[in-house]
Amino acid sequence: MLILRRKSNESIIIGDDIEITVMGIEGDQIKLGIDAPKNIEIHRKEIYLDIKEQNSAAANVDITELQKMGILHVK
Amino acid sequence: MKLGTKYGGEIIIDHSHIIQFPAGIPGFEEEKEFVLMDMSHVGNVAFQALQSIHTPSLAFIVIDPYMLTSAYEFTLDDATIERMAIKHIEDVIVRVIVTVKSPFEQSSLNLKAPIVINTREKQGKQCIIETSEYATKTPLASFVSSEAKGGS
Repeated sequence: MLILRRKSNESIIIGDDIEITVMGIEGDQIKLGIDAPKNIEIHRKEIYLDIKEQNSAAANVDITELQKMGILHVK
Repeated sequence: MKLGTKYGGEIIIDHSHIIQFPAGIPGFEEEKEFVLMDMSHVGNVAFQALQSIHTPSLAFIVIDPYMLTSAYEFTLDDATIERMAIKHIEDVIVRVIVTVKSPFEQSSLNLKAPIVINTREKQGKQCIIETSEYATKTPLASFVSSEAKGGS
């Protein structure tokens, strides 16, 4: 892993068109600004992993319960 | 074309029903084509299956969240609207993935990452809502009463 030291308002450039700027540092939180082409998706890693995990769980379900239940009683 | 499915055996589908997911689905990035099939063959009309075209054993149980609540709202960013070629909001349908559990009341909905489909262009995407108000494991029981148990 490449490790770089950056101060507030300094940036790094990845490739030609991705720029990540340290917008501010407050305690143990760093605010990042990211400029990237629209086709690049950017997500907080823990949220992305949570969704992956939930998708895997949802792909392996037993639908017997679904069969038992004819109609939904929406509240 | 004939299609092997996880929940409906072999079915016949028309090519025009295939929905493209160019980015796949998180955790299943190689799966880029799906079809939305109903589950009436298992006696349940509320749910549908989002079935992979290429992997018969891969399907997600999904539901139209607006059958459960009208209070579900999110905004698609411009990049997504452009990428999915969305021109009219009427072309868009939303489904959320259900993690079915036993007993059924313990099932959950992934409201954090809805499946958005542009029905006109047959483009689909699992969008991630960056606001914190929706969870990946929202209890289905918060929308459905326990009367549903056992069916009728």
